[in-house]
Amino acid sequence: MSTLKRIVLDVLKPHHPNALDFAAAIADGTGGCCRVRVTVTEMDEKTESTLVAIEGDDIPYSDIVDVITRLGASVHSIDEVEVSGVPAVG
Amino acid sequence: MLDRIHFLIRLGHAHKIARRYFVTNGFDGALTLLGLVIGFYSSGSVDLPVVINACLGAAIALTVSGLSSAYVSEAAEREKELQELEQALVRDLADTAHGHAARLLPLLIAAVNGLAPLLIALIIISPLWLAQAGLALPLPPLETSIMLAFAVLFLLGAFLGTISGRFWLWSGVRTLLIAFLTAAVILLVENVSRPVA
Repeated sequence: MSTLKRIVLDVLKPHHPNALDFAAAIADGTGGCCRVRVTVTEMDEKTESTLVAIEGDDIPYSDIVDVITRLGASVHSIDEVEVSGVPAVG
Repeated sequence: MLDRIHFLIRLGHAHKIARRYFVTNGFDGALTLLGLVIGFYSSGSVDLPVVINACLGAAIALTVSGLSSAYVSEAAEREKELQELEQALVRDLADTAHGHAARLLPLLIAAVNGLAPLLIALIIISPLWLAQAGLALPLPPLETSIMLAFAVLFLLGAFLGTISGRFWLWSGVRTLLIAFLTAAVILLVENVSRPVA
């Protein structure tokens, strides 16, 4: 079973919540186990494109997508991913 | 639950709108009640229960008007904003924080808009109730109510001054002058329109 260590998502979000609240909500959604960095790459009239980079020991991907979706944003693509394999026992 | 409501209020910038509605409709309530009480005061001897019932009627009408008008207009505005955001994001936002805010915030703002004049009216009416209950007041009940209305209008002005970062005393005096002007116009009109004995 592999564990997710780092992931970068291309996310389209509304202006509100702002990047700070957005990052905080995602970090809270991971149970506080991950570090989140949000970079705004493009601003439109009502939306902004962001790169959301998350690092942690075991990132709960589906929980993160859930939080992002509930905040009105949507994941466009997975731009980067780093996974660690766990050696099989026995 | 409270954290969630607080988050939705911040998301929809509802605190600023609610504050504006509180002052606007509170001002309406205070001036309406001031006008009513001054009207009764200038018409001479009127039974206290009549004054109380008239003031309560006006307060309830202002409350219902505040609740319904704010809800209808806010719900329409929020719905329009949500639809525009849905078009920009090309997705349905009904089950997101934005969808929840669009449904909850009109209710909260309507409550503030409706309850502000009710609360202020009850403060202004309170000396009339106390006098009816037999409590001795330093001034006659109608005069006390008028003083309270002036005090409430001054406080609303001072509150606005604090928000805008201006000198609160000047802002309070400004709304107090509006109240004095209103009272003067009412007294003038009633004296002019009074039938000659």
